[in-house]
Amino acid sequence: MKVTLQHVTKQFPGRGKGARAVTAVNDFDFTLPDGKLVGLLGPSGCGKSTTLNLLCGLLKPTSGKICFGDEDVTQLPAEHRGVGMVFQNYALYPHLTVRQNIRFPLENLRGKDKLSKPEMEQRVRDAAALVQLEELLDRKPSELSGGQQQRVAIARALVKTPRVLLLDEPLSNLDARLRLQTREEIRRIQRKTQVTTIFVTHDQEEAMSISDEIVVMKDGVVQQIGRPQEVYDSPVNLFVAKFLGTPPIHLFRGEVHNGRLLLGGAAVLAVPGVPEGPVTAAVRPEGFVLDEQGPLACTLNGVEVMGRDISVVCRHPDCENTVIRAIISAENTVPAGGTVRFALKPRKVFLFDADTERRIPFEA
Amino acid sequence: MDYEKLEKRAAARKRVTRAVTYALLAVWALVVLFPFYWMVLTSVKSYGAYNSEYIPQLFTLSPTLQNYRDAFTAVPLARYFANTVVFTLLTTGLMLVVTVLAAFAFARLEFRGKDLVFTLFLSLMMIPNELVVITNFVTITNAGLRNTFVGLILPSVTSVFYIYLLRESFAQVPNELYYAAKVDGTSDLRYLWRVLLPICRPTLVTITILKVIECWNSYVWPRLITDDQNYFLVSNGIQEIRENGFGRENIPAMMAAVVVISVPLIVLFLLFRKKIMAGVARGGTKG
Amino acid sequence: MENNRKAWLYLLPAFLFLGAFLVYPLIDVFLYSFEECYNFASQTYQGVGLYNYSYVLHDPYFLQAVKNTVLLVVITVPVSTGLALALSVGLSSIEKLRELFQTIYFLPYVTNTLAVGLVFMILFKKTPYTDGLINLLLHLFGGPTVDFIAGPYWAKMLVLCIYTVWVVMPFKVLILTSALASVNPMYYNAARVDGTPQWRVFTRITLPMISPTVFYLIITGFIGAFKAYSDAVALFGVDLNAAGMNTIVGYVYDMLYGNSGGYPSYASAAAILLFAIVLTITCINMLVSRKHVHYV
Repeated sequence: MKVTLQHVTKQFPGRGKGARAVTAVNDFDFTLPDGKLVGLLGPSGCGKSTTLNLLCGLLKPTSGKICFGDEDVTQLPAEHRGVGMVFQNYALYPHLTVRQNIRFPLENLRGKDKLSKPEMEQRVRDAAALVQLEELLDRKPSELSGGQQQRVAIARALVKTPRVLLLDEPLSNLDARLRLQTREEIRRIQRKTQVTTIFVTHDQEEAMSISDEIVVMKDGVVQQIGRPQEVYDSPVNLFVAKFLGTPPIHLFRGEVHNGRLLLGGAAVLAVPGVPEGPVTAAVRPEGFVLDEQGPLACTLNGVEVMGRDISVVCRHPDCENTVIRAIISAENTVPAGGTVRFALKPRKVFLFDADTERRIPFEA
Repeated sequence: MDYEKLEKRAAARKRVTRAVTYALLAVWALVVLFPFYWMVLTSVKSYGAYNSEYIPQLFTLSPTLQNYRDAFTAVPLARYFANTVVFTLLTTGLMLVVTVLAAFAFARLEFRGKDLVFTLFLSLMMIPNELVVITNFVTITNAGLRNTFVGLILPSVTSVFYIYLLRESFAQVPNELYYAAKVDGTSDLRYLWRVLLPICRPTLVTITILKVIECWNSYVWPRLITDDQNYFLVSNGIQEIRENGFGRENIPAMMAAVVVISVPLIVLFLLFRKKIMAGVARGGTKG
Repeated sequence: MENNRKAWLYLLPAFLFLGAFLVYPLIDVFLYSFEECYNFASQTYQGVGLYNYSYVLHDPYFLQAVKNTVLLVVITVPVSTGLALALSVGLSSIEKLRELFQTIYFLPYVTNTLAVGLVFMILFKKTPYTDGLINLLLHLFGGPTVDFIAGPYWAKMLVLCIYTVWVVMPFKVLILTSALASVNPMYYNAARVDGTPQWRVFTRITLPMISPTVFYLIITGFIGAFKAYSDAVALFGVDLNAAGMNTIVGYVYDMLYGNSGGYPSYASAAAILLFAIVLTITCINMLVSRKHVHYV
């Protein structure tokens, strides 16, 4: 099912007298392709959860249209939308067993959709098998681990074969190891069921690793939409560049002069076609190349060994980050102490207007 | 499916549900309020007017305060009132002292057999008042304490439940505060007075309010232990007025008396509405 | 050692009071109930046995009191709990006027039962001078007029039940409203997204989640209604036996003191019988609840 949001805006009335309305989502315009897994990404308070609630119908947009396929569902109450939703705290009914929890949405079906007892049982079994929970059907939610509860919640959302599956911060309540495992699980289930899935997260790594497409939001406004690699390799503005990637991107106060990028007075990179003036230069950690003749001179702080890679920790006076962490292959040898020099990979360097923070493109 | 129709139907159903809800709530509000209205209304109707109404009137155009004058002069209502205030204040005060000391011992002090004593103590909560009232009646009668405040107050002083409630509240205060006070050379009593009680004020307020309501409305014990009008509390007083009140059946004056004894608690309630409701939710039982 | 002494000193007042007015009487009441032909004036008795129990169980006043009390319990507990549930659900579903309604509903809790009972009495009473307001209403709807205070048994029982419900509602509504407020709204959202109809949300989610509270109210309701007394006094006067509206607790007090008083032994036996009944009912309640109540 293709999902379309057309200029969707959601405002909440401000608190107190004369307070201005708060715009949680501003002019969201996007079509989610059928059968894809889309990650809605942004810092907390950026409007991503509001977007999710608009999609499932718990909230109504102030303006704009939401369509599932060709149907306009904007005014349709949540009860009739036929979406599956996994809540952040799972919202499993504590007094019902796993089986009863999964069966719950099926028992709501009326009229021509009404299912017989054996049909329900079969659907529950299928859903449980999909999330590998067959053994636990007669337990209560309180007897399950966090990861198992998460899978029950997914099974409950999928059992009614929803048109769209929505997941709100699905991994935030799990510990680090389980998080890795569960996100693979979500990917697998989504591939298998081919249901259009939207999940909300504030963790960029999580979103990048499993999404077909990601939507980066900030203050209710969509910043960029695209395949994860595409967004990573070509951020449209400084916010997106900073928000994606670990370790985070490094920012330098620089200047463009004669088609060259100057950092601390040294010309470090040719940037043809960029207008003269001050810029913010952003360099991915993997964009540094160890080079004794390199133009970028930094003061070495130390080296952190990570096995496959090493990270060179150093400083540069024009860098806005407290330290620079350059990730280079472990095959390199780093000089002990003093100054370390780098060349830069042009594809890993982005220039942004110092005022508008928009990307300034150049031919790499 | 026609979504617009679906949507409209849902909205209509919502409106109907809402209207029914408000109607139901309003009806019960009326049921609760009406007796209060009726008692105030009747209390300002004149004796003659009330008795000549074969069909009761829902309002009156000639209100009078004569009934209130009668209530205070024909029967010793002022005395019942004063007795109840004295009884309530003394009982509540004594209860607070006893409760605070015991709760402090259970929460803060270490002594041998504390756990056992506390368990036994808690099991006392299960003893119903109706069982022990018989012996208490005999005890007080034999001690010659009938028709005295001492006899009225003594058996009403302790409440296992309030001690338990306060102990729980004390126990939540971090131990460090106690040790800090000890290091500074503060005595236990001073620590109790200056640190523990201020911190646990909400619980103290709760049990005070509950006890005051309980005292103001107590009927059974005072009825057993007093037969001298000079020691009647308001509940017994009102019953006395009902049985052989004003020499003749004077319902308006009776209602005036009812208004007078109801007003203090209602005013108290309206003043401390939030606190009282929270307190009852935590520790109330009536019902 | 010094610490020990101090602790006991703090506990002393509480223990003195509890010992004298709670522990000793508890033991004593059992002794009384077995002492036959106890004479209050000379404080002597003639034998030990079950005669007091047998007397009480054969006393028509006691049997009447048991019948009245049981009827009262059986009628008022379900009615008040159900009504309180309906009102609380209504209260939780609205925003405007909610505080006002809550305040009004709580009023009976802080009023003197005896005093307001008089108001109910004059509302329901029929005298030569006036039929009273309730009878007027009945008449308006074409019903016969009845004296609810000194008339037929069913009418008196009806007023007693109505007044009892009126008195116990504030507590129940208060407790249920806070229980409803403590249900996490995410469950309702989840149910909505799954297309759950309103009544099913209530029966399958809300009710099970607040079931411990409902059950608590039912148990305390049973216990409270079994101990009913002052409501009846308020409506029908002190001589409840004459009115045929006595309750078990009323019977105990009447045996102890008042017109038929002076028999602490009978009173004790009756009181112990009452608590045997209450204890049994509470145990049955507990057993039933284990099956139907969900404790998180």
